[in-house]
Amino acid sequence: MTPAGSLLAAHDLRKTYGSTPALDGASFSVHPGEVVAVMGPSGSGKSTLLHCLAGIITPDSGTITYDGRELSAMSDADRSALRRSDFGFVFQFGQLVPELTCVENVALPLRLNGTRRKDAERTALAWMERLEVEDIGGKRPGEVSGGQGQRVAVARALAASPKVIFADEPTGALDSLNGERVMQLLTEAARSANVAVVLVTHEARVAAYSDRDVTVRDGRARDLEHAV
Amino acid sequence: MSIGHTLLGLLESGPRHGYDLKRAFDEKFGHDRPLHYGQVYSTMSRLLKNGLVEVDGVESGGGPERKRYAITDAGITDVATWLAQPEKPEPYLQSTLYTKVVLAMLTGRNAGDVLDAQRSEHLRLMRILTDRKRHGDLADQLICDHALFHLEADLRWLELTAARLGQLQKVVTA
Repeated sequence: MTPAGSLLAAHDLRKTYGSTPALDGASFSVHPGEVVAVMGPSGSGKSTLLHCLAGIITPDSGTITYDGRELSAMSDADRSALRRSDFGFVFQFGQLVPELTCVENVALPLRLNGTRRKDAERTALAWMERLEVEDIGGKRPGEVSGGQGQRVAVARALAASPKVIFADEPTGALDSLNGERVMQLLTEAARSANVAVVLVTHEARVAAYSDRDVTVRDGRARDLEHAV
Repeated sequence: MSIGHTLLGLLESGPRHGYDLKRAFDEKFGHDRPLHYGQVYSTMSRLLKNGLVEVDGVESGGGPERKRYAITDAGITDVATWLAQPEKPEPYLQSTLYTKVVLAMLTGRNAGDVLDAQRSEHLRLMRILTDRKRHGDLADQLICDHALFHLEADLRWLELTAARLGQLQKVVTA
């Protein structure tokens, strides 16, 4: 069952780690250009849901449909290719490659997709400008602040023109002011590029940047606005 | 908010007409609730009577007379005292929500639904305020942040209570 017009939809996902159920019948959907916050207490299963949706882990049962394709029917290689071409990721700690400069980090997804270096870095710089970090392009991640690093991570997530960005506690390591700015820039850039965002957070002020929120409790996702 | 003290404070930078005071108040603090002219003039009459302002001049044109007000030394002291006095923190001990949760349990209804509905309503308002912040100036951002932090505190309480519903159920129905 896929909600009409949704880009990514999951139905009745179940996932168990050992004897511990992480997801126990979770359903979810996001439309193109929509920002959906996934909220819930620690250990509720929200990160597991995000990892399943992104094809990083495979659920024990249930279906995930992306753009009309069933994720579980795809080979590992196809899922990896899909992640590179259509998905972008932002994690709590930027997870930038420390040996590369910031602009090289942002250009990395494009390089992996076969874009020539010069073109990739030109696109990367344009996104860095959008995220207000163009002046640190030549620095390495270890030489920039947490807030700047996270903006570089957002620019990297957007650089390869993904259709969905998965953001797992993207402001968790930032102070309020930097966190707010990152959320503002991320959601503005995503909405204007019609990119869907799946935003995992336990902070209500971060979730308030979304269009809609889904609560995960005990492995079950509850969408209050779309509940039947 | 004390309108009297706010108008007095605005007068400290120099004398103004009632209309100018209203405009300055609305610009800086009015946002969703602009002052009525009646409020301005009744407040100024009270401040005048208490010796906190004085009439600095009267202009008579085609319309009604326009008084220009100036703050007095007593008025300046009054503003200083008000600013130095901390506002009493809200104790938040009378919670309608808590009452609703307990009543839901006592009447066999789902208390989790009460919390979820409230959570959804809080987030809805937080989205509106976040959007206003995004398009507003610094004053808008600060005012909205004040509200957002309070709403966030409520939401934390909602989460905590949701996690303790089982415990509460035992106590309530014991």
